[in-house]
Amino acid sequence: MKRVLTITLLLLALALVAAGCGPTPNIGAITPPYIDTGVDAEAWALVPAGEFPFGQHDHMTMVENDFEMMVTNVTNEQYARFLNEALAAGAIGIGEVEVEAGESVWTENGVFSFYPGEPFDGFRHEEEIKAGDKLLMPLQGEGLRLTFDGEQFAALDAYVNHPVTMVTWYGANAFCRFNDWRLPTEVEWEKAARGTELVGGRGRAFPWGPEIERNNANYYSSFDVFVKMFGKLGNTTPVGFYNGRSYDGYQTLDSASPYGLYDMAGNVFQWMGDDYPNQHYRHMRGGSFYSYEVDLRVWKYNSAGPQYYGPAVGFRCVRDVANDGATDS
Amino acid sequence: MKSLSTRAEYLFRSTNGLILVAMAVVSIITVTWGMLSGPMAEWGVRDVTIRLLGMKMVQAEREARIIMLYHTIAMAIIAIEVYIMTDILPMKRQNQVLINGTITFGYLMTVIFGMLFAYWGQNFMFHGLFLLGQSLIFFAGILLAIALWPWRAANRLPVDSPYAHTKKGLDLERTAFFVMAVATLASASFGAITGSYWGNGHETFLAEDLIRTPIRTALQGAIIGHLHIMLTLIAIAITLIVGRWMDFRGRLHKIAMVLMIVGTIVITVGALSVVWVDWAHTTIYVGSVFVMLAALLYVVHSWRKLVKDRVAELGLVRPTVGQRVKALLHDPLKFGPGWQMVFMNFTVSGVGIFMAVKLDEIIRVWPHRDERITLTGHWHILASLIATIILLYYADRVGLKGRARKWFGWSIIIMSNLAFGAVTVFSMKRLFVTEAGQQGVVNWTMLLTDIGLFTVLLVLGIFMFSRLIDLFRSKGQWSAQLAEEKRETTLQEIAEQRKRMDELSKALKETTP
Repeated sequence: MKRVLTITLLLLALALVAAGCGPTPNIGAITPPYIDTGVDAEAWALVPAGEFPFGQHDHMTMVENDFEMMVTNVTNEQYARFLNEALAAGAIGIGEVEVEAGESVWTENGVFSFYPGEPFDGFRHEEEIKAGDKLLMPLQGEGLRLTFDGEQFAALDAYVNHPVTMVTWYGANAFCRFNDWRLPTEVEWEKAARGTELVGGRGRAFPWGPEIERNNANYYSSFDVFVKMFGKLGNTTPVGFYNGRSYDGYQTLDSASPYGLYDMAGNVFQWMGDDYPNQHYRHMRGGSFYSYEVDLRVWKYNSAGPQYYGPAVGFRCVRDVANDGATDS
Repeated sequence: MKSLSTRAEYLFRSTNGLILVAMAVVSIITVTWGMLSGPMAEWGVRDVTIRLLGMKMVQAEREARIIMLYHTIAMAIIAIEVYIMTDILPMKRQNQVLINGTITFGYLMTVIFGMLFAYWGQNFMFHGLFLLGQSLIFFAGILLAIALWPWRAANRLPVDSPYAHTKKGLDLERTAFFVMAVATLASASFGAITGSYWGNGHETFLAEDLIRTPIRTALQGAIIGHLHIMLTLIAIAITLIVGRWMDFRGRLHKIAMVLMIVGTIVITVGALSVVWVDWAHTTIYVGSVFVMLAALLYVVHSWRKLVKDRVAELGLVRPTVGQRVKALLHDPLKFGPGWQMVFMNFTVSGVGIFMAVKLDEIIRVWPHRDERITLTGHWHILASLIATIILLYYADRVGLKGRARKWFGWSIIIMSNLAFGAVTVFSMKRLFVTEAGQQGVVNWTMLLTDIGLFTVLLVLGIFMFSRLIDLFRSKGQWSAQLAEEKRETTLQEIAEQRKRMDELSKALKETTP
């Protein structure tokens, strides 16, 4: 009995020492190198109207209109630019803002703007989204890649072309609306991610095809260059990183979707625009660098209240296309 | 040839042998399919395993594969519990043979054809045979319920019996087993009926993916109710089994059995009513309180008995607190089940209650992903703790003694507690660490989990290997166990035949003019 206990305690001590010896930095503690992926974060891709296999069980679903989607997630640089323009236009404010989630209410120092509220069904577990100032992004927090000097926002140099994170659904919505765009619906997003191809009666499980390799996307334990720096949970990669290029010996696979969109699986979750009845949650798609590979499958979703922000959540916008092919603002 | 047939007789006709086969099946599944996830996937072992075994893994079929995997493991575990019940509860020998034979055939068909269907291409003939296997298990369940029928005169207890009974001698423990068996049949029907809609209005899903879906279909509700209650009933069955093992009796036994009967009925009705009513959870909570109180009384009894027996064995007249504690911890195999039930409160019930109480305040402020981790974490822990209790019980059944008994018992208890404690911390990490700063917690909790699980599996592997080696010995323990069980069943059959002969003679006398 004593020996069993002694050996067990020794093993535990060893395990704890081993765990403690490994690098366990949080993602704000290390500055990664700037990496140019060569993908234009300002580009848009056309996603034509038409049927496509939706969801895990491939229900053929119609997208009525053509639309364009940003080729990459919104970057820190783009979001900083938006904040500066919106600040100058008086569309956003900075300071203490009340945040409500569940039965908890607290204040945070951050960027806020007015949101007109939403219909409330009073359903079980549903929370009312009232009209008022809503937090778009906090000004402090691990994982934040923007700085504010009191007048101007700027992206951290190493992270300018990484997807913006720590942005609430209100923050994502405000960005798109400020530019006369909008957040994608889940149906639009999934069509953009997997396209219309059916092989053996099945749609694509991932934007590039039916299976996933480690160098297809940024996900948990995918052993990309950032995992080496930050540990298995990793960190964001620059937008469009998985485009077939080699970065310092790390060879990526070209993982664009059928419409040429990057990072539709992994890197950061993407906020969706749908406001579903009977619930206040907003869905997120695509999986993130925290996700296991199975959660990168195109039909999988995550959800959170619109006030939620995190180091693994970002977004991209869509814009409608008029019948004559011109973008519809 | 004879040596083979006697071994086959041990493995497929004796209780210990049948349990051993089912444990081997579960062990093989655990080891092989354990290669497909967790660190094995990270280290690339998953890909090698898939290639070596020629598995066909389609991404869209993952949920369905997992459901088949759960079902196959569950069926083997249910078979183990049924083998134990037919052995420890008085019933006619022919009932025992019929029930054990049917369920063995059933679970083996379920495992073999279920896994072939799920992991080696969807051949629907295999799916049919998988369903046939489950049907046989269901049929064995009906036979078990009939054999357990507590109102039969032969199954009644004498008025002065120390075991829980009514004034009319109704055996309350047997009734609890019976209620559990009937509840299991009803709950299995829910799964079966819903499953029959598969491809006809019902689509495969994992319950944890629907936790935030405000309105679920009746079929989804039925599956959610079914999966929760089935695991609960497996837990209730093992609690009753270890109660018999520890000779649970007296006043506490009476209270516990009443609680268990009422709790089983209420919790089953609650879980299945998820299909129709919003307040199903309240019913489940009420039923859970009854069942958990019954389990608590078992723990009180078993620990008290362990201390009393050991103190008496050592001849201590006035034992000190230290001596009592030492006596309690003397036999890890018998201490373990009670402890695992207590530990369950920290890692399963406690977490579940916390989640329910703080659902809107904390849990649902987190993203769905984190809620899902917490939910699936505590549910998997419950299943695994049940498995460890079965292991401890079986090790005692096969007469594990001396140092091996201590090593086996304490390794299973300590290392499973380490693993599941770490999993619990991992699943609740967002309570005390930010999302951005969680890497360190993830690292050490995962490491401790892997160490704990690896050790438990290693100990299980060594144990199973020792059983295998024993089977190669002509006069191994298996031989003695087989002889003992044969002797007992022969005596039982002789008694049954005598009784029958008496009945027939009496009938003959009455009808002879």
